[in-house]
Amino acid sequence: MTDPILSTRDLTVRFGGHVAVDAVTCDFHAGELTAIVGPNGAGKTTYFNLISGQIPATGGSVSLRGRDIAGMSVSQRTRAGIGRAFQLTNLFPNLSVLENLRLVVQSKSGKGFNLFSMASRHSELTEAAEAVLARVRLLEQAGQTVSELSHGDQRKLEVALLIALDPAVYMFDEPTAGMSVDEAPVVLDLIAELKAQSDRTILLVEHKMDVIARLADRIIVLHNGALAADGDPATVMASDVVQEAYMGKELTDV
Amino acid sequence: MIKSLFSDDLPRSVVLSVILGVILVCLALAPFLFPGVRTVDTAARICIFIVLVASYDLLLGYGGIVSFAHTMFFGVGAYGVALALTHMGRGFDAIVVGALSGAVVSAVLALVIGLFSLRVRAIFFAMITLAVASAVAVLVSQMSGLTGGEDGLTFKTPRALTPAFKFGGELFGVKLNGKLLAYYFVFFGALVLFLLMLRVVNSPFGRVLQAIRENDFRAEAIGYRVVYYRVAATCLSAAAAALAGSLYAVWLRYVGPDTTLSMEIMIDILLMVVIGGMGTMYGAVIGATLFVVAQNYLQNLMGAAAGLVEGVPLLPDLLNADRWLLWLGVLFILSVYFFPTGVVGRLRAGR
Repeated sequence: MTDPILSTRDLTVRFGGHVAVDAVTCDFHAGELTAIVGPNGAGKTTYFNLISGQIPATGGSVSLRGRDIAGMSVSQRTRAGIGRAFQLTNLFPNLSVLENLRLVVQSKSGKGFNLFSMASRHSELTEAAEAVLARVRLLEQAGQTVSELSHGDQRKLEVALLIALDPAVYMFDEPTAGMSVDEAPVVLDLIAELKAQSDRTILLVEHKMDVIARLADRIIVLHNGALAADGDPATVMASDVVQEAYMGKELTDV
Repeated sequence: MIKSLFSDDLPRSVVLSVILGVILVCLALAPFLFPGVRTVDTAARICIFIVLVASYDLLLGYGGIVSFAHTMFFGVGAYGVALALTHMGRGFDAIVVGALSGAVVSAVLALVIGLFSLRVRAIFFAMITLAVASAVAVLVSQMSGLTGGEDGLTFKTPRALTPAFKFGGELFGVKLNGKLLAYYFVFFGALVLFLLMLRVVNSPFGRVLQAIRENDFRAEAIGYRVVYYRVAATCLSAAAAALAGSLYAVWLRYVGPDTTLSMEIMIDILLMVVIGGMGTMYGAVIGATLFVVAQNYLQNLMGAAAGLVEGVPLLPDLLNADRWLLWLGVLFILSVYFFPTGVVGRLRAGR
């Protein structure tokens, strides 16, 4: 097998006496979409935070293409290739939709410290941002202020920011959270499209089993912060851990 | 051309454009439209405060960073020019050296304060700036050998900028002398600095500042080193404030703790930003103009009003010129109440 893009070794974080993520060791490969499942409070989002750097780990390591990134800040990890979309919409609310995306494109171009040129005249940034907007079908809303958008469109923009960043590792934290049944498929199609068209490593935290069945190449299960199962979707979904976590079935022993 | 000059950030409101146009014309022609020592002095103060308030808006309105050390940077610029003119003689070279060293010292001070405190939390930065500003104000008044202490420094500016320098006779009844040149030195200096700052807030860098103000957590997560941008904004804003201070020193031919370093001026700057409208740059123009005019002329206006209502019970007492500060306070409360987004925000929304 090829070298993993992203791997965590005994990754652990404890808050006081509570171990939120407990020695998780896992490799993620290029072109693979891994779904991370587990009941509420299992540590899925915390695991994400450890990888993208919002929370420092108390033990273990995270590495990207073999390079240890545990000491890096969030922005350094982002530039190194770890991109993150958030469970709770996390945008720039009083800027326009286009400006939100342009900021991402600009970050990639390294023009942030350009002090005396006019941002509005960097047409290459605007064009790149518009291309992503077209892809997520938000081009009509380009001029709107983000806080005026519907919740569904804000979720789409959240995903769009990540697509504009185009990192080596895409991390989606419940991308369809709070979306209506009509809107959710749009976001899921975007992720499917992403998976089909590139060899990016995609991590997806999701509760909806039908979504997982459709998209995932592999499922890992977190339970009380620890890795409880890892394998192809059919096997994992039939396993006792998943049955207990999602169907409420009593688990005799793990 | 005009759009480039304004960095593609036009006023976006007809009323606002008209008001700004009127202010620009009045300031540009102040010595001819309103001849008189006091009126021209007011106009020069407006120019200088526009720069000072705009530089604070860059920090607060665009970067979302609260600082209480802005008058300190203003003072450093003023004292820089004062010291250079005192020790190097009354040349333009002394003004340039003084202004540049003032700006550099300010930027370095801002860098040190920023690196120490902006890493942690924005509120910590506000507290540190308050402490450093108070310390510097005390230091300046104590080091009387260098700074003249509480009395400040009086110094000579280049001869070409003094009333004694005359070139030609009169133009539209206004004497063509060095005082006129000094006014235009201040006016064009302020204009250039304002347009430069307008460019900075509309540059890619300015966009990142806005993003950080909106959501620093996400700005970090799309790859921006938030601390670096905050520190850079602080340094830029400090340097611009210092240059405003340098203009002030050239205009007044005097610096002292009260005119440049006092906490009172800091509060005035805050009020001007809020009244004009934060994060708009044009708010600085409106806020500074309103405030400085009110500060200078409200007293006269009230004296006249009190004279008009003489004989009516209570009213003359209320409108007594000595109560002007009370009415200034009332005006501020009303303007913040009716224009929570500032005058500029209100005008743009009512488009």
